[in-house]
Amino acid sequence: MTSLTKEQVLHIAKLARLTLTSDEVTNMTKELSSILGYVEVLNEVNTSNVEPTAQVTGLKNALREDTVHASEATPDSLLAASPLPIVEHQIQAPHAHG
Amino acid sequence: MLSALTISQAHDKLKKKEISSVELTTSCIERIESVDKKLNAVVHRNFDRALIEAKKIDTAGKFDTPLTGIPYLAKDVYCEAGIPTTACSNMLRNKDYIPPFDSTTTKRLKAAGAISIGKTNTDEFTMGASTETSCYGVTRNPWDTSRVAGGSSGGSAAAVSADEALFALGTDTGGSIRQPASFCGISGIRPTYGRTSRYGVMSMASSLDTIGPMCKSIEDLAIVLEAIAGKDMMDGTTSEKPVEPYSKLLRKDVQGLRIGLPKEYFIDGIHPDVEQCVRAATETMKSLGAKIVDISLPHTKYAVATYYILCPCEVSSNMARYDGIRYGHTPNKPKDLIDYYQRARSEGFGAEVKRRIMIGTYALSAGYYDAYYVKAQKVRTLIRKDFDDAFSKVDLILSPVSPHTAFTIGANSNDPVAMYLEDVFTIAQVMAGIPCLSVPCGYSKEGLPIGLQMMGPQWGEAGLLSAAYAYQNATEWQRKKPHVS
Repeated sequence: MTSLTKEQVLHIAKLARLTLTSDEVTNMTKELSSILGYVEVLNEVNTSNVEPTAQVTGLKNALREDTVHASEATPDSLLAASPLPIVEHQIQAPHAHG
Repeated sequence: MLSALTISQAHDKLKKKEISSVELTTSCIERIESVDKKLNAVVHRNFDRALIEAKKIDTAGKFDTPLTGIPYLAKDVYCEAGIPTTACSNMLRNKDYIPPFDSTTTKRLKAAGAISIGKTNTDEFTMGASTETSCYGVTRNPWDTSRVAGGSSGGSAAAVSADEALFALGTDTGGSIRQPASFCGISGIRPTYGRTSRYGVMSMASSLDTIGPMCKSIEDLAIVLEAIAGKDMMDGTTSEKPVEPYSKLLRKDVQGLRIGLPKEYFIDGIHPDVEQCVRAATETMKSLGAKIVDISLPHTKYAVATYYILCPCEVSSNMARYDGIRYGHTPNKPKDLIDYYQRARSEGFGAEVKRRIMIGTYALSAGYYDAYYVKAQKVRTLIRKDFDDAFSKVDLILSPVSPHTAFTIGANSNDPVAMYLEDVFTIAQVMAGIPCLSVPCGYSKEGLPIGLQMMGPQWGEAGLLSAAYAYQNATEWQRKKPHVS
């Protein structure tokens, strides 16, 4: 049965851009292992020669004319949703390196 | 109480000028103000704007669509310009996210004259089966306030059941329309994947998400679905297939209809009252002219495991947009950009959202993708094939929606796998992309509602709704109402 180590949990958290508290790491280690254990039931199913399903209704490409459509949302209204300062119509994000 | 009317009843009265849209809307507002403290079904109220709309509609005096002047509630994931939409998450609640655009569905409802009066409670970003993961707290079941209303569309189900609106919008990724509809004694439909547009509805798992109505009758489901379904340029997965006039195709008999009963849905552990009600419903369908056929859907037992790989994988990808830059929670005094991202997400998301992001990130990470995601997609193909085979023999499939009635608040909170198993009867349909609905089919000995699930082939909404209408017409379950005061 799959069981995850704390180190693996911390690594996944880093990939997911989450900072977990030590309680969260403990719980997550247990819960993730139990969920991954549960889904192992799929190993019973023989899936050789079975194609994966990504689009269930069989729709292929959805093409349309490449024309410009006016949007209800204006650039300023979209910027207004940001919690960060807006400078010259741009969002001022924190520095990448401290 | 006018808010207790169905859409078709209210439309009739509006058209005859026996009532006005302002009176109808006011009745819903008063009902919310009097009972919602107990239920916690409505999380954002939009009453002033709703009354202005209602007045305009009354002044115009034309009730030419069945939805003109009809007040409704939308789950808190449907974007509406100028109205807070927060997915019941601290991620979007701290500085209430106010979308600058409308979802296609709310836009189509607006064009049909329906009036949005507020937003309903949901599990955070629709992840849950009980509305217990909402940042606003749990929604209580109108039939017994010590129990959950189900989820994730628990707020919508409780609100419709308690007559806080004439109908509500929900979303269904793994059962989130059908299970709460069943727990609260109302009707709800999950349409074929791609029948309704997902544009402007906050995504959970994009290959599985669907949006649909929750109503007081099957006829009302047909009315709303007809208004919102169809191709949308903004959602590439919507189909070009024409939308049938569902509400005009409802018939009172099911003569010659072949109905399949899948043996995998009548298993040990199903509550005896649920089994008895579903079996009785089968007899009713038989008396209306249907032929009952025993069938098998052999991969049913793998559906939940398939879902709890595919869904978290897609969640981990969809939730990446919540980085606190363009919208959402912002942390204080970040060290640098990475610290900002990590704290915005860690402070903004609740436990279940984090759990799914973590599972998905793991399953999609290098070395595990084939073993988990691709494997689950292959099992999905087999589940879909089960239904293809079944629908070559039958026209419709019946089953329970849930193995039991509404459970007590807190009963599953500490065990994520137990909560995931809540969806045991509502996931295989999702894997197959087929339409399915919940219709009231009785009450347990304790007086809690029980839902009957009906499933049809892809794009078979017209036949599905018609069969459910025939059943509802022959029974009176939907007439019973909870006592909330």
